[in-house]
Amino acid sequence: MNYDERLRNVTVLGAAGKMGSGILLLTAVEMADLSLKPENKGKPYCLNAMDLSQEGLAGLLRYLKTQVTKIAEKKIVWLRKMYADRADLIENEEILNQYVFDVLSIVRPVTKIEAAYESNLIFEAVSENKDLKVKLLSQIDQNNSNSPWYFTNTSSVPINIIDNEANLGGRVLGFHFYNPPAVQRLVELIVTDGTNKEMEEFAKVYAKNLKKVVVPSNDYAGFIGNGHFMRDALYAIQEVERLNKEMPFTEAVYCINKIAQDYLVRPMGIFQLIDYVGIDVVQFIMNVMNPFLDKEDLHSDLLDQLMDIGVKGGQNSDGSQKDGFLKYEKGRPVAIFDLETKSYVETSAFADKCDQALGKHPNPKVNWKSTIRRKDKDQVFAEFFATMHSMPDMGAKLAMNYGKRSNEIGHQLVNTGVANNSIDVNTVMLTGFFHAYGPINDYFVLN
Amino acid sequence: MKKLRKKVYIAAGFNTVSMGTGRSEFNPKKERPGLEYYIETAGKGTLAQVNDADNIDEGVIGNFMAARFNKQANLPGFIPYIDKKLEWKPAISVEGACGSGGLALVTGLKSVLAETADSVLVLGVEVQNTMKALYGADVLAGAGWYKKRKEGHAFFFPGQFSNRAGAYYEKYGKEYAREGMKRWFVNAMENARLCETAQEYENKAPDLYALYDKFKLNGETFVDNLTVLDCSKVSDGASALIMASEEGLGKLGIDKKDAIEIVGWAQVERNITNEPPNPTEVTTIKKAAHEALESAGITIDELATIETHDCFSIAGILGVEALGFAEPGKGAQFVTDGHTARDGKIPINTTGGLIGWGHPTGATGVHQAVTIWEQLTGKAGPAQIEINPDRPYGMTINMGGDDVTVIAMVYKKAE
Repeated sequence: MNYDERLRNVTVLGAAGKMGSGILLLTAVEMADLSLKPENKGKPYCLNAMDLSQEGLAGLLRYLKTQVTKIAEKKIVWLRKMYADRADLIENEEILNQYVFDVLSIVRPVTKIEAAYESNLIFEAVSENKDLKVKLLSQIDQNNSNSPWYFTNTSSVPINIIDNEANLGGRVLGFHFYNPPAVQRLVELIVTDGTNKEMEEFAKVYAKNLKKVVVPSNDYAGFIGNGHFMRDALYAIQEVERLNKEMPFTEAVYCINKIAQDYLVRPMGIFQLIDYVGIDVVQFIMNVMNPFLDKEDLHSDLLDQLMDIGVKGGQNSDGSQKDGFLKYEKGRPVAIFDLETKSYVETSAFADKCDQALGKHPNPKVNWKSTIRRKDKDQVFAEFFATMHSMPDMGAKLAMNYGKRSNEIGHQLVNTGVANNSIDVNTVMLTGFFHAYGPINDYFVLN
Repeated sequence: MKKLRKKVYIAAGFNTVSMGTGRSEFNPKKERPGLEYYIETAGKGTLAQVNDADNIDEGVIGNFMAARFNKQANLPGFIPYIDKKLEWKPAISVEGACGSGGLALVTGLKSVLAETADSVLVLGVEVQNTMKALYGADVLAGAGWYKKRKEGHAFFFPGQFSNRAGAYYEKYGKEYAREGMKRWFVNAMENARLCETAQEYENKAPDLYALYDKFKLNGETFVDNLTVLDCSKVSDGASALIMASEEGLGKLGIDKKDAIEIVGWAQVERNITNEPPNPTEVTTIKKAAHEALESAGITIDELATIETHDCFSIAGILGVEALGFAEPGKGAQFVTDGHTARDGKIPINTTGGLIGWGHPTGATGVHQAVTIWEQLTGKAGPAQIEINPDRPYGMTINMGGDDVTVIAMVYKKAE
């Protein structure tokens, strides 16, 4: 079965979810593009969009239509060539509409798992629950006579466990997209010693065709991305708990969030990132990873507390941000949750006081937006952090310690064999988390 | 072309801002003013320079594709929208693709020559940022023969002129040609920076030559032989002016020192269903320009400045050759040597042309005449060039489609 044949019948499990819908979109476009090749004309292509939610599937088609249109607009030059034989399609708009129709025609929204029994390739993007994943894949494999390949989007569950428990005989690998899959270029590819080699090669070609940057990660819970993010988040939470002994909780969250964003020059503060991913998801991933870790307790009572009182973060179905550690207005944080009063306190009430306590910023001109695309950013950061190192201010010290911790986490991922090398760790953080510099650097190890 | 049988003047020119990418106030995601706003603003801008709108006899409006960009036809009905004193008077709209503005000038001119009007409000308008460029390309492709659309490029007109550029590269050398095209772009930006209504007025690129070099030819995402910097802008805008006889000027209270005279003109059509006879020559422009010069009784050596239709940088260079400033193949060198810059032998497109000022398609012909009026009457502000008394003439060349509909006019300051 060659690449094109493999992609003739595919199922995405959890297709209406945040990750599933993106995976479905990219796969539908890849399949439609294959179907337009002269040698494939007239051959049936089928992509089952499987999800339990009827409502979600209805929204999925709207999402697909909008997104496929955007994708088509960017490749109209190519599309005109593909539809050159269609005399009835003359204007760009006519060609584009036909293409959108052709992509959507491949997609079959279904609520029953039986649809996957004829597929050659199955993407699994259901919720991050090992037992559910194992149950679904096992059920499909027992009923599918094609010996299909399984790509799981898990961000934390070791692949060998899924393989063994679902009895898949090496026909599963980790293909971890970042959110949102249609935009984020990073894919973590996780294989085990038993992984089918032909499938691994297929995964690489598929990723390349989707124009993704593939970083191999070894099969350890959390892999590289969450391996860094979870520990980094836990450090931030512990710093808040430490500062909370000297200042109110809201102010401590404000300070550490600001340190991560402005002092470590990241695209957003760490608590905003936790809210974006979802406090529930972060808690869940920590719980999945923790049993696999020695001498390390990846767990936060604070997250449990927030979950207990229903502060969860994450996104609404329209993509807007739900309140979590922070409260948002038009996507911007405006207030911080106070654990004592269980209500949000406007940031403006204490921001000046906190800013004063943090002291001087090494160079306000160095921010994420202005630096991310600079060619000389290595030098800019070297000077920036050297200045920070020499400063006595509280903010500078907090940031230096935070940067050191991020650096340690990076090294830990390499030393424990999660990542093959420091470049892979840095690529994940640069590409998947849009950091302006990788965690493995020389900026924070100054004497 | 017969000599003009009476003197016809242009005065009271007005340009709206050319709105689109490049202007800081432009936000494609926000609702923007429509066709009505531009017609009204340009029309009122011109009327503010005359004593009484009641003294205007008729209106002409040049527009290319409001029927598709704005889903609006019957544009003559917007002339009375400008001023209620224009209601119950004649008005007409004319279309000849990007030459619509030039046709509006010709229509006004004919009314005055025919003595059916002493004064005409001539206006050109286009509002084309209503859709993304790839859909706009479908609309603009209407300037070509529809039966050729299927075989054309996604970006139809850039595709047509990319083919012309490709033929020029092959014949005379690619690097050589692109040097000339680069200088054309640089001149356009530098001139636009001097005109506050220009779309590239706020352009601050420190090194325009380096900027041009940064954009690489890429046929997979655009066309083979042009980059976006070789192309005119997608613009919303309108321009207006008064065209009048001597009596008309008097009735409107316009001093002759504030007017220019049309001393020669030509309008030429090429069969739209044929391919251009020579891809490295703009044959219709060549014919129209020389007929207009002949009609004015002057040579190119007497021209102080020209507004030419540089919808693409290559069209600018071919225009220079068609006018006779350089032999075929030598136009790129002429431009590279700076002869068309504002301080060169023949300053061309002194407020940026279609690449720098902007290209609201149906308005461009009128905008060109307004620019020449400004230059010859000393009203061009920071963009003003010196007009040598030995070379007192200005010229406009407005083109519709791929060298299909061409209008050329020659002007001098009124005496």
